Amino acid sequence: MKTLKNHIKLVFPSHSENEGLARLAVSGFLAAEGADVSVIAELKTAVSEGVTNAIVHGYRNTHGLVTLEIKLFDSGRAKILIKDKGAGIEDITKAMEPLFTTAPEEERAGLGFAIMQSFCDKLRVRSAPGKGTTLTLEKYIYKR
Amino acid sequence: MLPTINYCAERRILSVFLKGELDHHNTRPIREQTDIAVTKYRPALLVLDFSGVTFMDSSGIGLVMGRYKRMHDMGADLLIANPTPPIERLIRLASVERIVRIVYTAHSGTVKE
Ligand SMILES: Nc1ncnc2c1ncn2[C@@H]1O[C@H](COP(=O)(O)OP(=O)(O)O)[C@@H](O)[C@H]1O
Ligand SMILES: [Mg+2]
Repeated sequence: MKTLKNHIKLVFPSHSENEGLARLAVSGFLAAEGADVSVIAELKTAVSEGVTNAIVHGYRNTHGLVTLEIKLFDSGRAKILIKDKGAGIEDITKAMEPLFTTAPEEERAGLGFAIMQSFCDKLRVRSAPGKGTTLTLEKYIYKR
Repeated sequence: MLPTINYCAERRILSVFLKGELDHHNTRPIREQTDIAVTKYRPALLVLDFSGVTFMDSSGIGLVMGRYKRMHDMGADLLIANPTPPIERLIRLASVERIVRIVYTAHSGTVKE
């Protein structure tokens, strides 16, 4: 980690159109830094999952701001933060179980966390009911 | 701009050519249009063709599983056709290929508007 090489921060309202905008920001930032194409595809998917969760679950029946922050370190590690100030998660362990979803009637697959975990080197979830959720995704972005 | 689907129905096969980015935002209209076509044609086989899909996350998995349940309830079958490698990877990660078969057709990637 250590020295910060580049950094962007994007704050946007929880409209579902912005899921695509978040993906564009991630792929644009990483491509400009010369990241590996398969890493870009994986992080794009992971960010799409995290941002969708903020919009769909965090701000269910309400609106708010989603923050997406990407930090790139000299070591080649990217740290991505996805933050909402919405509903929060009661039981994080349960929420992270593959196929678990609180919205089956909307055809949510319950695989968002599983995909984020499998496409990143590290995933951290901090959440408190009524306060919101912050995800921290980490991944080495160059060809190994 | 909302995505639209193209489809063709022949005998009792309905092929739906999905297009664009299958995320949460775009999946809803695609699902609605697909279901309208299914209600209209009552196919024995629904083919979801992914050759025009440029991005997919778990919303696409939800779409496939939802159509699978619907077709199953109608006594009909579902096939996934022509996913690109990243999409096939996601489908396998979700273990969807255990219940829905993936096929590749000769015209893969050459679907026109
Ligand atoms: N940002 C969030 N705010 C509140 N709840 C969340 C958030 N992210 C995830 N969850 C909860 O965790 C569950 C599992 O999330 P996920 O694995 O992405 O599956 P899905 O989105 O398909 O339900 C969700 O159904 C929801 O209950
Ligand atoms: Mg999700």
